Amino acid sequence: MRARIAHIASNTFREAVRDRVLYNLIVFALLMSGASILVGQISINIERLVVINLGLTAVSLFGMVIAIFIGIGLVSKEIEKRTLYTVLSRPVRRWEFIVGKFFGLAGTLVVNTFFMAIGVFAALLYVSHSFQKPDAWVLVALYFIILQFLIITALTLFFSSFSSPLLSAVFAFSLFVIGSFAEDLRGFAGITQGVTRWLATGAAYLVPNFSALNVISSVAHSNPVSGQLILYNSAYALVYATLAISGAVLVFEHRNLK
Amino acid sequence: MSGSRRVTVVFSVLLAGCLSASVLLLRRLDQARTDATLEEVLYISSPKALKRLSLGYDGLLADIYWTRAVQYFGSKHHAGARRYDLLAPLLEITTALDPHLLVAYEYGANFLAPKAPGGAGMPERAIELEEFGIHNNPNEWRLYYNEGFIRYMELKDYAGASEVFARGARVPNAHPFLAILAGKMAEHAGDQQMARMMWSTTYQTTKDNNVRANAAAHLRALQVDEDVANLEALTGRYQQQTGRFPASFSELEAAGLLRGTPRDPFGHTYQVMPDGRVEVRTPDDFPFIQKGTPPGYVPPLAPKFLPAD
Amino acid sequence: MAAIEILGLEKTYSVGFWRKKPKYALRPLDLAIEEGEVFGFLGPNGAGKTTTLKLLMGLIFPTAGTARILGMEVDDPKMKAQIGFLPEQPYFYDYLTARELLEYYGQLSGVDPKHRSRKVDDVLQRVGLPQVGGVQLRKFSKGMLQRVGIAQAILHDPRVLFFDEPMSGLDPMGRREVRDLMEQLKHEGKTIFFSTHILSDAEALCDRVAVIHQGELRGVGAVADLTSSVHGKVEVVWQGTAVPASLRALGAECHITGDTVRAVLSEANQDTALEALRRERMRLISVTPVRTSLEDYFIQKLQPGVTVGARA
Repeated sequence: MRARIAHIASNTFREAVRDRVLYNLIVFALLMSGASILVGQISINIERLVVINLGLTAVSLFGMVIAIFIGIGLVSKEIEKRTLYTVLSRPVRRWEFIVGKFFGLAGTLVVNTFFMAIGVFAALLYVSHSFQKPDAWVLVALYFIILQFLIITALTLFFSSFSSPLLSAVFAFSLFVIGSFAEDLRGFAGITQGVTRWLATGAAYLVPNFSALNVISSVAHSNPVSGQLILYNSAYALVYATLAISGAVLVFEHRNLK
Repeated sequence: MSGSRRVTVVFSVLLAGCLSASVLLLRRLDQARTDATLEEVLYISSPKALKRLSLGYDGLLADIYWTRAVQYFGSKHHAGARRYDLLAPLLEITTALDPHLLVAYEYGANFLAPKAPGGAGMPERAIELEEFGIHNNPNEWRLYYNEGFIRYMELKDYAGASEVFARGARVPNAHPFLAILAGKMAEHAGDQQMARMMWSTTYQTTKDNNVRANAAAHLRALQVDEDVANLEALTGRYQQQTGRFPASFSELEAAGLLRGTPRDPFGHTYQVMPDGRVEVRTPDDFPFIQKGTPPGYVPPLAPKFLPAD
Repeated sequence: MAAIEILGLEKTYSVGFWRKKPKYALRPLDLAIEEGEVFGFLGPNGAGKTTTLKLLMGLIFPTAGTARILGMEVDDPKMKAQIGFLPEQPYFYDYLTARELLEYYGQLSGVDPKHRSRKVDDVLQRVGLPQVGGVQLRKFSKGMLQRVGIAQAILHDPRVLFFDEPMSGLDPMGRREVRDLMEQLKHEGKTIFFSTHILSDAEALCDRVAVIHQGELRGVGAVADLTSSVHGKVEVVWQGTAVPASLRALGAECHITGDTVRAVLSEANQDTALEALRRERMRLISVTPVRTSLEDYFIQKLQPGVTVGARA
């Protein structure tokens, strides 16, 4: 079982690499080097701030786009092209296929983020000539960004297990935007009354909470991230990704393949 | 059990478990990150920068900041805070993003200007906020009313208040009350009657629940202050007549000074103290009263937000 | 034990958005295929052949009924390790080379890593693609993909094979090769269940066939029985442009094409007819007993109102 999941995951990774997904790194590298050169010339005290803000935001956006645009095809493309038939006629359970696909895309994103992280740190080194202690928090911010990717990948997989690629992309992207304001949404639910309150609270707790996972501006200001937050965020991302994958499995397990 | 059914059961259990775990973790996260959404205000405090960052969706962002402002004040107020440092920037950002969000200006007049615990104690910034609003919405009489209200209540600037009310009265469709207020400002300065008129206007014209509740609390406090003053005058007269203070209101009734047992705005009877003072039974319900409290009474840290009606 | 057992397998779809009507993709189907048998599943396009195969592969779920392969449920991984499936017009991950694809499928099927590489070589050889193992599949022609499809189906040495239209997309040479390959697999004792609408393939390969039409089983039987000479008629062909009157008297059906005449008459009159031809000095070309072809059987079973003749 574990071997089969690993094989499916590595094949998914291989597909992403051969489809030239990692080419986005070139764009990212250009962006980072251009930005650091510009910033180095115009501002004096906020180079670090700008490089971290811009770098981490770009890491997050690039990864989200990859997660959504590959994620929507993970299942539907295999059904469309009927490549799934020869996989599922082997001793592979449907849930193993879903889980394998998830790990494959998650792995792709981790590798991609790793290279981008090198770019961010290189730019940081370029503008401030040495690393400082608070730069370690940038690593935590990157870790949180990867946690966001896990959640969005699982969600995209969930949507693509029952809906068309285009709709899946729309759903996933909307949830990303809504989830970035999840704390506001819970706050809003808190000041409503009656039935609205129940509905709003339910919705507010169901959407993925990306706001706690976004510490970009905080680390850009060299603020530390509490260990408690790291712990809760890790647990939350794990639980939410599992939740979405379970949903995907439950849908896919009973689906008639066209 | 067939393989497929087992998968269904296992993943359903996993789904339910993860759903409840995620809710629990969110509650923990919220506890660990109180006011986290407000951090941004500290990082991007320039409303202009935010407006640019909103990529044209400034209306939506204004609504988000408005919600944050209400929540910020509400939760801090509930916790008995004495300082509301972020209320002004939050309202300024909100109104910069959407200069036509009138309720934000009203909120500023009612909660940014008054002293703690009822507000943030920043009347000057509240007036700046109103001026910004008037600049962008010159035909909204409510904004002139808000500013005059702050000048009258917080700054005791009766001339300034009269001038703003007069400006507001010239706006088309202005509430007729503005002209009256402009005229009476000088002669009735510091008058309880004046205050009552203004709070009733706020109460009747506002659309915001918090503002209305606040106005209602002020009106109730004015009522209590007036009742207590009247009743204490009666106990004083009774003492002059009989040489002692009444033990109860029925003695005042028997003496023909009073008809019926007087009740506070919540329907509780007032009580006569042995030294002739009159007290309310539940002073915590009347956050703004000046009279009728026991000697040495300390208002609770977190005043109750009482219903408007 | 039957290699494949199908009991009342049924599939209906709801068609229409508002008022849903049932559409019968497969009416209740009963079939049993013995181990070592080559079974042809015949029917025109859209008859329900692919639906049946997808049900057996667990790709879609039956509305009613069950199927067992090698005595196990259709979703049992233990069973799936022992079967091979070639879908209709197969398509594979085109970013992989043929060798990578087969390696990957070998991993999924649990082929021992020690022998995997050798097995991939063998199977590429067997389907006639030994030179293109390192070429990406996006550069493959339809016929080559069909061969890769067969390769992936037999890679892990399964006991039961399911082929959906194995000859489609192949040129005459390729068809011949695939036919030979299936012949070999049959000799190795594999059970083969394959669907086709090409009757000559079925006639050449199958032990038994089933005819399916409009989702309904129309007939099942051994190929040898279906094609035996049941009518007791002979076909006489000679060179000429006219039919002697004596032959007409025997009640022969005659067709003249160019300078050959083809006459079908009853076996009892064969000698009389040949005698008459000799008398007329006609040049005889052939005399053959008439057999019912599979095609006749097939066409007959597709007629409306025909019900299942022989149940397996």
